[in-house]
Amino acid sequence: MPNLPVHVDFEAFVNDKGKRVSNDLTAELQDRVRHAADASLPLRLEGNGTKSGLGRAVDGEILSLSGHSGILNYQPKELVVTARCGTPLCEIEAALAEQGQMLPFEPPHFADASDEGRSTLGATLGGTIACGLSGPARPYAGSARDLVLGTRVLTGRAEVLRFGGEVMKNVAGYDISRLMTGAFGTLGVLLDISVKVLPIPTTGRTLVQTCSPAEAIARMTGWAAKPLPISATCFDGEQLWVRLSGNHGGVSAAAERIGDEAVDDGEALAFWREQIREQRHPFFAGDAPLWRLSVPPTVAPLPLPGAQLIEWGGAQRWLRSDAEAEVIRSAVSAVGGHATLFRGGDRRSEVFHPLPAGLMTLHREMKRAFDPNGILNPGRLYATL
Amino acid sequence: MSLIQPTRIDFEDPELSATRAELVRELRAFLPSDAVLEQQEQVQPYECDGLSAYRQLPLLVVLPRTVEEVQRILRLCHTRDVPVVARGAGTGLSGGALPRGDGVLLSLARFTRILDLDPVARTARVEPGVRNLAISEAAAPHGLYYAPDPSSQIACTIGGNVAENSGGVHCLKYGLTVHNVLAVKLVTIEGELIELGSGGLDAPGYDLLALFIGSEGMLGVTVEVTVKLLPVPERAQAILAAYDDVEKAGQAVGDIIAAGIIPAGLEMMDGPAIQAAEDFVHAGYPTDAAAILICEIDGTSQEVSEEVMRVRDLLLVSGATEVRTSRDDAERLMFWKGRKAAFPAVGRISPDYYCMDGTIPRRALPEVLRRTAEMSREYGLRVANVFHAGDGNMHPLILFDANKPGELERTEELGGRILELCVEVGGTITGEHGVGIEKINQMCVQFSPEELGQFHAVKAAFDPKGLLNPGKGVPTPRRCSEYRQLPDHTHRHPH
Repeated sequence: MPNLPVHVDFEAFVNDKGKRVSNDLTAELQDRVRHAADASLPLRLEGNGTKSGLGRAVDGEILSLSGHSGILNYQPKELVVTARCGTPLCEIEAALAEQGQMLPFEPPHFADASDEGRSTLGATLGGTIACGLSGPARPYAGSARDLVLGTRVLTGRAEVLRFGGEVMKNVAGYDISRLMTGAFGTLGVLLDISVKVLPIPTTGRTLVQTCSPAEAIARMTGWAAKPLPISATCFDGEQLWVRLSGNHGGVSAAAERIGDEAVDDGEALAFWREQIREQRHPFFAGDAPLWRLSVPPTVAPLPLPGAQLIEWGGAQRWLRSDAEAEVIRSAVSAVGGHATLFRGGDRRSEVFHPLPAGLMTLHREMKRAFDPNGILNPGRLYATL
Repeated sequence: MSLIQPTRIDFEDPELSATRAELVRELRAFLPSDAVLEQQEQVQPYECDGLSAYRQLPLLVVLPRTVEEVQRILRLCHTRDVPVVARGAGTGLSGGALPRGDGVLLSLARFTRILDLDPVARTARVEPGVRNLAISEAAAPHGLYYAPDPSSQIACTIGGNVAENSGGVHCLKYGLTVHNVLAVKLVTIEGELIELGSGGLDAPGYDLLALFIGSEGMLGVTVEVTVKLLPVPERAQAILAAYDDVEKAGQAVGDIIAAGIIPAGLEMMDGPAIQAAEDFVHAGYPTDAAAILICEIDGTSQEVSEEVMRVRDLLLVSGATEVRTSRDDAERLMFWKGRKAAFPAVGRISPDYYCMDGTIPRRALPEVLRRTAEMSREYGLRVANVFHAGDGNMHPLILFDANKPGELERTEELGGRILELCVEVGGTITGEHGVGIEKINQMCVQFSPEELGQFHAVKAAFDPKGLLNPGKGVPTPRRCSEYRQLPDHTHRHPH
């Protein structure tokens, strides 16, 4: 494998009319936010629009971030990549793959989720981190938040601030970068982001077993308590899928211990990447509201109306259901989890799980600390933020 | 006097003595008498933490046993505008638990219960005063352990680990505290109990759990922690490689990573550290080496066999003068013995030593070591280097004698310059020990006034009166403008 550090800096490129265009939009974005702050005009942050259906519906002028793009620094030996927020994940993943590396949290691209033909590029790094989305590997390799090392942020005060950095261990100051992850752009515009990357495992194998939902949960939790190189698990309603990743010896030995049928590599890739990560499995088709239930992994199958698909070793459960939000939320709260109306349903209602009063007060204070005029994606996360 | 030490406050100060008497009376109304310490000889043991160069007697010490007691103590302090410094085992190395002469020292030492250990969900719910190692010991019968392993793990508490976002030698593969804690219950300065995180892998709303971890006791007081437990690896094997040149050793670290291998631990020691460790514990280190690497691989038996062979080959190609592979666990532990004893070993060869904690991009290692050596000569102070090479976290140990006039001050200045060098090459002033009181000046170098202003705004969202651990972690704008005016401290790392 080539070991050269890769510096890619697209300070300027030539557009289709032969004119040089900078794609460092920091100054323009800062101006837009400053004007919006002065006039108290809400802004709706947008990358490639692949996640416009997530979170609550927001009114406001669009602040387009897709033009602020490009990989700024990629050092394979340092296990870190830094890119501007508008950089498509596909561009970053291609650069990493050339060096045998990957984004460990396996974020979704949702390339067919947006309209207006921007879809082909799929999700941007900024949108991915702002929404805090992670894919099938999350319980085993860490979440988006776990892997974020640093950010350059444009706050609601129009200040450009840098937190964290490009090193693995850094405890200077509060961890603002991880606070920004999953904040849905309500605390700041993520201008540049540094994330930890990891080597692509040399061997992967996916096994499939037929069992009941309860048995699937029992098996997933049982495996997790053993030192096995598991990198993804999913029960799709009928079958339990488990992916092993690592070196050849480790994967082969683990496959023998777990047993059952191995699927071929093409089918495995299609399942984990297309059907689960990108949500193209028939389970995700149709118009019924899609709920994401985050629960302790050992919780027995929840007796809620509608179909369920179980991921993340039991810790993430997808539910297609027309049941009342209250019914779903109270069932999930009762087992120590939380429920998000992930897609569909009423996007003007609270789509995220309600917070206890004391915690909500802290959230409002936090919002005020970063965006005192309430101009950044107001209401995207909760109506009052 | 030291550059950083805040003005000491006299324990006998009449005004403070009056405040003390009043507070003691109010605290005793709801706390048992043994939970309030007010005599000088009683509070003396709390005058410093692991950074013993800084000392201050607290106004008084409280040792509550219940969450309700913590809530009432904080409510009282909030009402009366009394600063509060929380403390676990006091092993911190940045003075984060240095008391305030005008404030209450809140010890969580009596919160020592493991409340719940669920081997199926692989979680442990513990009180903040539970020792780091005690969690792994309790989990061991189930084949599980708690991954972060700071070198103080025998003594340090999980509450302190949360405050500092503690690391250890296995961070590269298993992460820091923030990657291994699922939930925290905290009490705000207003006495409100708040739960962050959830029983699942994430929680709704802002990730205040990530914000809280590593906040050095400035946002709230931890009263309960739920940690993630991992299965104990089936096997671990260590490789020890010697080099006649520090730069070659640094290069080899990059080679291992570039080959797609993430070791469980990847440590480096330089000549002076090797010599001190070998003299102390006789681990069999090659004392003529300029540097050694200790690389540990863990996983299933087959995984380990395969990776160890690859690492061994890589190290031989990288120019190691000698490569040893541990044949059994006894030998593996022997390889580690010198590394783990490196700090006390250095303590044997010098009256005092000062442990630094910067992180740098690994590629800058040769430059940082070279310039550190130059500064070491310039200041006439020896420096031994111990390095979490895998994740770029370095611990230069400055050897000095506090009894020699001016030597502590020179040591602090040299330490400060080493940290500023870390920032200059794209790193940070603290990898795992925290800012505390120790690195408060270097915060002015790493962050702009606007960034520091944002930190203060975050602090104010939790603690508007600024009563929790005041004076630590984030410097005031005034402190920074004074520091920036000092000669040689005018460089800010360019953005």
